[in-house]
Amino acid sequence: MMLYFLCLILFCVGLYGVLRKRNLVKMIIGLGIMEYAMNLFFVLLGYRFDGRAPIYAKDQEILNMVDPLPQALVLTSIVIGLGVTALVISIAVRIYEKYGTFDITKIKRLKG
Amino acid sequence: MNNTTIIPLFVIIPLAAAFLISLVGKFIRRSSETIIFISSLVLLVFSLYARFLLNSSAGKIMIYKIGGWAPPFGICMVLDGLSCFMLITVNLIAFFVAVYSLSYMEQYTDKPKFFTLFSLMVCGMNGLIITGDLFNLFVFLEIASIASYALVAFGTEAEELEASFKYAIMGSVASAFIFIGIAFLYSFTSTLNMADMARVLSNKQNEWVIPFVGVLFLMGFGLKSALVPFHAWLPDAHPSAPASISAMLSGVLIKTLGIYSLIRIFFNIIGPTQGYLTVLMFLGAISMIVGVVLALSQWDLKRLLAYHSISQIGYVVLGIGLGTPLGVLGGLFHLFNHSVFKSLLFLNSGAVDYATGTRDLKETGGLGKLMPVTAKTNLVASMSIAGIPPFNGFFSKAIIIIACLEKGNFGYAICAVIGSILTLASFMKVQKFAFLGEIKDKFKNIKEAPFAMLFSMVCLAIICIFGGLMLIPSLRFFLDDAVAVILKGTGYASVVLEAAAK
Repeated sequence: MMLYFLCLILFCVGLYGVLRKRNLVKMIIGLGIMEYAMNLFFVLLGYRFDGRAPIYAKDQEILNMVDPLPQALVLTSIVIGLGVTALVISIAVRIYEKYGTFDITKIKRLKG
Repeated sequence: MNNTTIIPLFVIIPLAAAFLISLVGKFIRRSSETIIFISSLVLLVFSLYARFLLNSSAGKIMIYKIGGWAPPFGICMVLDGLSCFMLITVNLIAFFVAVYSLSYMEQYTDKPKFFTLFSLMVCGMNGLIITGDLFNLFVFLEIASIASYALVAFGTEAEELEASFKYAIMGSVASAFIFIGIAFLYSFTSTLNMADMARVLSNKQNEWVIPFVGVLFLMGFGLKSALVPFHAWLPDAHPSAPASISAMLSGVLIKTLGIYSLIRIFFNIIGPTQGYLTVLMFLGAISMIVGVVLALSQWDLKRLLAYHSISQIGYVVLGIGLGTPLGVLGGLFHLFNHSVFKSLLFLNSGAVDYATGTRDLKETGGLGKLMPVTAKTNLVASMSIAGIPPFNGFFSKAIIIIACLEKGNFGYAICAVIGSILTLASFMKVQKFAFLGEIKDKFKNIKEAPFAMLFSMVCLAIICIFGGLMLIPSLRFFLDDAVAVILKGTGYASVVLEAAAK
């Protein structure tokens, strides 16, 4: 239970970074932390303590095995996260070229 | 060859087109245009053909098992009435937008890259619509979202980058909530297949997991579909994109990513309860009013249209949230109509922008004489969105209002009428300041938009005029099958699992 709770805290740290930070780069880092937290959470859901990998072997009896599906899904999710992060960083770099700053309070040519 | 092999083609064709365009687009002249035209035409024909196949199939459902693994173990693709309805909507708009872009994108430098991203976006949306697996839905949702973040920033001007950054951050937060919702549902039901999930959920009782997951999904998909408390990104992101992409974003993306996924999850997996329906109706009514009030004071043509998207999405959500057969019919019909006339309006704004170089309503005026076709199609679309008979918008709004009255929700019916009147007011403003009145001196020499752009606009205007015919009994199966899927609720599970067992 403790692990899930820590996971929640990590998620909240990320969300705080995205919502409250004024620097674009810090916002992106917050996004990254949030993604790690949710991936960690999904892996934790499939984890069994003292479990083993679910590989079938004739002479071994599987008593307690880790659920492999979340691990496969999280791999996909990590790749998606990589794609989003790469795109957002490249946009942030272009924004810096145009505005000369990373501060979102100074980047507001749109009326909002 | 089995009939069901048509289903994966909706993902394969745009994906292959995106790959081919990025491979050869730079080296062979006009190749990117040819590929995008052929692929979007083929997709449109296939989606109509799929509707035809669906009519002849047993139980009006077709299932494709990827790799031959039967659900719930393998991933399956499901084509039922609702998926087919959405597929036709998406591919119809995508085709016209692709044709429009052939000319419109001349003013940008890199057409092959644009068409690659465009194809990827269509691939994501088609995949999201036909998949029968919840995690697959998330993956396709992200494909469509990432492509649209990049497309919003396509002009790489300061405003566009700013809007795209905002959109990407909001979209990623929404995706995070959706992902956590999926994680909770997986740990609760131990399955990812939507039908199997619905079956497990109906046999399992838990007081807090389902409402909690419901709130996560409502936040996630509410952000994606820009319902009012979550709407802040839309008025920046949609106007900043090139006009053809605004048409795709407002026309189909928010509906596919937001409304369709919301319907699938709330109605077919979790099962509708009165609580969810009340929340949906409430959000719909607020979006309807807030969107249109904010739109009234806008002078930027595309920003005005973007606020109207929020308002019109409110009608769709209100109709579906009523949960009665008539309300759901009205909601879905309005979804289709809105994607037609809102894409038409954005394409018109693109034509104005193309000819004059501005979209500020204070600067334009009198364009009706020099751009007669654009002015007329814009008139048709404005009347449709405002709900003037006999255009299609009138019928769907009337159905939604009647459904509200039938269920005894007079307050929502009045909101819908007020929203409609304010919409009319703001589109009279558009007509007056853009197309009527005296022409300014600096615009004396502008020309009407090129043929490819006019072709798309005129075709969409014709659909606007005759859209109401979809309600006549011999054509109503198109809507009725989609409504039937929604109203069946969690009965979706047994239908899919039985069809898959064959």
